[in-house]
Amino acid sequence: MSLRNCFSSPTEPALLLAAAVFAAGAWLMPAWLAFLLTLALAKALVVLGVVIQMRAGLVSFGQALFFCIGGYGVGLAAQYLGIGDAFALLALGTVAAILLALACGWLLTRYREIFYAMLTLALSMVLYGVLVKSSALGSTDGFNVVPPSFLGWVPEGDARKRTMYLLTVLVAAVVAIGFHRFMVSSLGRVTEAVRENEIRVDFLGISPQGVLFVNYVAAAGVSALGGGLTALASGHIDPDMAIWTTSGEFVFIAILGGTGHVAAPFIGAIVFSVIRTFAIQEAPHFWQMTLGVILLALILFLPKGLWSLVARDRKREVEA
Amino acid sequence: MTSFFAILIDGAIYASWLFLVAAGLTIIYGVMRVLNMAHGSFYAIGAYSAASLVGWYFSGEHGNPYWSFLLLIGCALVSGAIVGVIIEKGLLRFLHGRDEILMVIVTYALLLILEDATKLIWGVDPYFAYQPYRLLGQTAVGGSLRFANYDLVLIAVSILVGLAAWFVLNRTNKGRLLRAVIHDREIAIAMGVNVNAMFAATFAIGSVLGALAGALTAPAISVTPGIGVEVIVLAFAVVVVGGLGSIGGAAAGAILVGLSRSFAVHVAPEFELFVIYGVMFLVLAIRPQGLFGQTLARRI
Amino acid sequence: MQASPQFSRPSFRLSAIAAALALAGAVSTSALAADNGKYRIGIVTFLSGAAAGPFGVPAANAAKLAVEALNAGKLPAPYGKKGINGIEIETVIIDEAGGATKQTEEFRNLVQRQKVDAVIGYISSGDCIAIAPAVEELGVPTIFFDCGTSKVFETVKNPKFLFRTGLDAVVDNVAAARYIAETRPNVKSVASIQQNYAWGQDSWNDFILAFKQIKPEVKVVSEQWPKLGQGQYGAEISAISVSTPDLIHSSFWGGDMEALMLQGGARGLFDKSVAVLTAGETGVEHFKANVPNGTVIGGRGPFGAFAPKNALNDWFRPAFTAQFKEPPTYPAYKMVQAILGLKAAAEKTAKAGAMPTAENIVQGLAGLSFEAPSGTVIMSRSKGHQAVQSVSFGEYQFDAKSGKASVAKVKTYAGECLMPPDGSNAADWIKAGFPGAKCN
Repeated sequence: MSLRNCFSSPTEPALLLAAAVFAAGAWLMPAWLAFLLTLALAKALVVLGVVIQMRAGLVSFGQALFFCIGGYGVGLAAQYLGIGDAFALLALGTVAAILLALACGWLLTRYREIFYAMLTLALSMVLYGVLVKSSALGSTDGFNVVPPSFLGWVPEGDARKRTMYLLTVLVAAVVAIGFHRFMVSSLGRVTEAVRENEIRVDFLGISPQGVLFVNYVAAAGVSALGGGLTALASGHIDPDMAIWTTSGEFVFIAILGGTGHVAAPFIGAIVFSVIRTFAIQEAPHFWQMTLGVILLALILFLPKGLWSLVARDRKREVEA
Repeated sequence: MTSFFAILIDGAIYASWLFLVAAGLTIIYGVMRVLNMAHGSFYAIGAYSAASLVGWYFSGEHGNPYWSFLLLIGCALVSGAIVGVIIEKGLLRFLHGRDEILMVIVTYALLLILEDATKLIWGVDPYFAYQPYRLLGQTAVGGSLRFANYDLVLIAVSILVGLAAWFVLNRTNKGRLLRAVIHDREIAIAMGVNVNAMFAATFAIGSVLGALAGALTAPAISVTPGIGVEVIVLAFAVVVVGGLGSIGGAAAGAILVGLSRSFAVHVAPEFELFVIYGVMFLVLAIRPQGLFGQTLARRI
Repeated sequence: MQASPQFSRPSFRLSAIAAALALAGAVSTSALAADNGKYRIGIVTFLSGAAAGPFGVPAANAAKLAVEALNAGKLPAPYGKKGINGIEIETVIIDEAGGATKQTEEFRNLVQRQKVDAVIGYISSGDCIAIAPAVEELGVPTIFFDCGTSKVFETVKNPKFLFRTGLDAVVDNVAAARYIAETRPNVKSVASIQQNYAWGQDSWNDFILAFKQIKPEVKVVSEQWPKLGQGQYGAEISAISVSTPDLIHSSFWGGDMEALMLQGGARGLFDKSVAVLTAGETGVEHFKANVPNGTVIGGRGPFGAFAPKNALNDWFRPAFTAQFKEPPTYPAYKMVQAILGLKAAAEKTAKAGAMPTAENIVQGLAGLSFEAPSGTVIMSRSKGHQAVQSVSFGEYQFDAKSGKASVAKVKTYAGECLMPPDGSNAADWIKAGFPGAKCN
């Protein structure tokens, strides 16, 4: 039996290997890097949500809505329901986001292009407004999330952040493999056909709106997961999670990474976070300009995103 | 009754400001299909250059204070045109015809760069150009309610800008060519329209309008870092409500949003935060392409 | 498509990227961690965005000035000793913009990558709340120099490494209520205009609660909530004008506050109503004749235009004005105050000439009473981790002939008059009628 029979493509073992490398790094890398990667991987999950909608031709400028729902789901459940388990909290936030997506999806998936972008933006800004008006939840100051337990185990000290990092790597790996399978499934492939020509898909007897709806809900779930992980890792949530600049950053990273592969958002998010933190350190007064110039250069020279660096090599090999 | 007039006048003032901010954005989108995130930076650059120049003008004896109005408009024209041409010729020229979303991101990177660039030039201390705002005095409406005449003049300026844009687009040869490009870029190219020149001119006009909005706002505010970012979503919302790429749409969107906000502030100030998104939601729910947007034929 | 030939390529890539990242991290840490024998202080304040001009950059400038003067040993007594306990100070400055999640990440980077010995910073309340638990977790002495939320020591109940040398926003508004009640006994109606976020909401709640406690007959005639950074207040000004209040309370700050005063002034809003600006002090140098004389302003403590005359202020104010072409505003004073608190703590407990440890700072600063350009600061609340200081309010005065602005009719309220006793909630304390307040 060769590996080829176990895995539908070379991507899955590659993802598993990468996850293993990341997990092993938990004991090797400095603490700040592990924390940076935790947040970057959590962010990548939201970006993945943006990417699968982009594959359908829709750009969400309001993905922060579900990022925020995931975060507040975790925070509120920990604060008011007394739930302490990380897995239960994440599941609650994700379910809440999926329910909301089921309600909003039918309306939003009727819209295309800029109208879709602006409506998703409006929705997330309405949530932002509601949270800003909620003094009981700390308004714009937000509130802190107590460190979670993991299946009954409460790590202390260094182990706490490491466990959080390992959980994020685990979730990211599972989600990446799941979404990879989704993207290469027939439904996933139809998604790209919808972007190319919606009417032809319609004529083939598949409802484009149904396809978009599935993508929308899946994107909501994975974004909430990212929000929940961010809330648990940083220990704080506030309405800024839902503001449009947060959504803008997700779209930015999506373009930076590329939409060609499930791994692209992860590469994009990590590269973005590393560039940003060093820009802040090296040019505290002009980090935005530094970030802007580097990212502009990346976009200009790699219009298909960082993933094209990987994809180009693969293509060359196939040709050879 | 006073409240009713107050709502109308406040709404009209705010709408005229919104229109000035949104007009440049919608023109650039209509012609070039570029949703220009850096539009906020043009606004900030206009405000900064106006505030620093007018501040200098009043710091010594430089003649009649009324010349400061010309200074406001003049520096908007100059700064907007310079920045617009540099960006178009230096960057966007190489990206014509790229994916719309890629252009959003490119202009977002531009926004980041320009944000720090304005900080590099003007620093973080506030700039003031309040003299023109005070110069025109005030008008009393009812008992305790008074308006600054400068704001009322702004309504007229805004109408003039709108009429000028309409005239250029509908009554001049260049305008007709521009409309041809808006309608169908490929056919326009095939008919021999120099689309590249059109793009450069459009982008310059759009950025001048953005800078003009900033320059005319400068006398009423304290010009500080971050003012550009604040106007982006507002301008986007107005443009989407009105229908992308339509001057009339931008005007209608501005009036609708302006009056709604003014109504909310007077009647239910708690909901001010939601007004603009509420209006956008309602309009798009009823007319998915915006008030003046055209429905495109679906291509098979 | 065949699987086997490309099988390893993406995996190599992904693992290569991971390895490269880890390597880059390791290299930069080791390079930065180079022990150069200097005392490293992380300074976090807004360098971009709307809060940079009024708060962040003046504070960063003050830090620069103070650290340079300390390293040169040029400060008046009791701070004549070079640097911190004789050790040269080095600062690492970081922009506070970008939200609380990013700031928790950057705080960890400061401590774990840049290996700072102490952190001074944070203007935004949200950032303070988010950072507070991380301070205790990482065990690095951290001083919040400005943020005004009363929730800091509710979040961290038993602080060890966390200190705040500035006051919270409750005291500002209690002081404002007392000042108005004393100087303008005829005020019957009040309107409010606040930025629609936590700061504005808390400020208004605290003020109106305290003001109604002192003057129960007062009516609220209008509440306006424009969003942060709105800039255009036409409709709000109309709505307030129509409601004809005696008093207008606003916690606006920076550019928004200046814009409100410009637009309101040009429309005669303040002809019949007096405004009280709890964060008005940063605008004193910019208001000129646009803000009517008699407008009540505060400076969040005895800072800026309200600072007393003492040897430290005689050094700080002229030195700052000479270097940065503008007199220091309250955030600048608060930054210097935090740095001097750190220095005083280190020199109290550390062995002379030795590098102060985290333990030295923590033991020295808790309960410490130290001198600053604003007068004496006593760290006596929240188990010695929260400063107590007086708060001043006064009236803006502009002399058109000389072009100079100042504050007049200043009243100063002692901390004991404005702060609830340790462990009691501010709102409950106000509602109960300020029990235990010692006012003169």
